[in-house]
Amino acid sequence: MALYSEKVMDHFKNPRNVGVIEDADGVGEVGNAKCGDIMKIYLKIENDIIADVKFETFGCGSAIASSSMATELIKGKPVSEAMALTNKAVAEALDGLPAYKMHCSVLAEEAIKKALQDYYEKNGIEYDHSLFPDCEHCAHCGDA
Amino acid sequence: MNKRTIYLDNAATTKMSRTAIDAMTPYFDTVYGNPSSLHSAGQAAAEALADARERVARCIGAAPGEITFTSGGSEADNQAILSAARNGEKKGKRHIVSTAIEHHAVLHTLQKLEKEGFSVTLLGVGENGVVRPEQVKEAIREDTCLVTVMYANNEIGTIQPIAEIGAVCRAAGVPFHTDAVQAAGHLPVDAAAQNIDMLSVSAHKFHGPKGIGFLYAKKGIRLWNVIEGGAQERGKRAGTENIPAVMGMAAALEEACGRLEENARKMTALRGKLIAGLSAIPHSVLNGDAVDRLPGNVNFCFEGIEGESLLLLLDDRGICASSGSACTSGSLDPSHVLLAIGRPHEIAHGSLRLSLSEENTEEEIDCTIRAVAEVVEYLRGMSPVWRDLVSGKKEFITK
Ligand SMILES: Cc1ncc(COP(=O)(O)O)c(C=O)c1O
Ligand SMILES: [Zn+2]
Repeated sequence: MALYSEKVMDHFKNPRNVGVIEDADGVGEVGNAKCGDIMKIYLKIENDIIADVKFETFGCGSAIASSSMATELIKGKPVSEAMALTNKAVAEALDGLPAYKMHCSVLAEEAIKKALQDYYEKNGIEYDHSLFPDCEHCAHCGDA
Repeated sequence: MNKRTIYLDNAATTKMSRTAIDAMTPYFDTVYGNPSSLHSAGQAAAEALADARERVARCIGAAPGEITFTSGGSEADNQAILSAARNGEKKGKRHIVSTAIEHHAVLHTLQKLEKEGFSVTLLGVGENGVVRPEQVKEAIREDTCLVTVMYANNEIGTIQPIAEIGAVCRAAGVPFHTDAVQAAGHLPVDAAAQNIDMLSVSAHKFHGPKGIGFLYAKKGIRLWNVIEGGAQERGKRAGTENIPAVMGMAAALEEACGRLEENARKMTALRGKLIAGLSAIPHSVLNGDAVDRLPGNVNFCFEGIEGESLLLLLDDRGICASSGSACTSGSLDPSHVLLAIGRPHEIAHGSLRLSLSEENTEEEIDCTIRAVAEVVEYLRGMSPVWRDLVSGKKEFITK
């Protein structure tokens, strides 16, 4: 299918970092089944580094590929870099996504942010609340 | 497509039959005249056109003068509905009855008319996807100018009680149109016996060429042009006729109608096997009526997974299928048909349509059942929704 780039298909068919971290330091879930994509990210953080990351995704090809790529992009990186990950960077690393699929990469960015927020909260770490929009942004269903 | 492709998307389109292809070829470079031309080359084409018109008319119990060739099912639907609206409007009738599960060719045309001030009643359907004739009877008003109900649904395959609905319309004096795009060549069509006033057909759903179809309109029903121009098709549809496509369609329809029962028997057996196999997957549910459905249609929802990823992984194994998930259509909502039969969004996203042709084999069905079971299990393994269902955090919708 030419709908997706080879990179997308590779990450979709052979997703990296699928699974669960039982003793995760931060967990973030975004999206809902109503709009068709749900992403859950598990983080293990050691010395301010993303020591391990796993994901579970219910969603289309680009949702799964975005999750896989996003986890690869933050694994082994400092927390600050994970915080700075944008959906655009995820999409670019995948050699692009069809325009109407961009929202799937947004979910990857947001799931990571949410997992980091969870980590800060759990550990009583001070953080800039303005970096985390409190409403769950779901681009394609206003009533989520 | 490689040799091992298992094509199970015949509701989207079919492979052309050899008969249809052979029927077309002389009209590319041997009988290539324009039927409107007075010379012999033109008249040879005109004769072929007349012959094809007679043959397709015979297949649906109509007269040749009641057939208008169009560019396909969508155009036929548009023209039928717009014509009935214009005819009704002249008598001050601006109400149309239809159903929530029609094809977009019908629904979007109705939406256009609503913007013009028509009112439209979209009848709901039961969980099996069937509309009852009494619903139609109750919905008809003094100012109803058209009832349009599809013969068979393209997603869930449900067959509507067309003859009974036609009888209700006839008794009320309201024109009745049916989108028979999925039915023609697969189910018996007899316009007169089934009380049908207008009917849409598309050739590429029964092994004919794409981009050709026809609208049947019972004698006495005035058609309004969707395409203006020359006087082709008795002035009701301008544009030089696509003779090769018309000839291919006529051959394909005759062939399909000639083998209707044999094909239906074959496909129904394969369908039964496929439904039984997929039903064995836990937390799956068949969409549409178990009995009143197209011989080749199978449609399931699998809880906990999303349809597009299912399609992509099946494609990777050589299986061509379709889904009503939002992500496959580029729209934001899952299939309006699945929502209309009461499937919640959560499981409507996880739908799979497999549509058979008489050429599919038992071996292909076995292979497909195995592949679907494996892919569903694999996707559930990485689905947070599935985890929540299994752990009891969320309740299963399906059994
Ligand atoms: C029920 C139904 N109506 C109309 C159409 C449109 O037909 P066509 O593709 O020939 O325009 C289709 C097929 O796509 C269909 O399944
Ligand atoms: Zn998606």
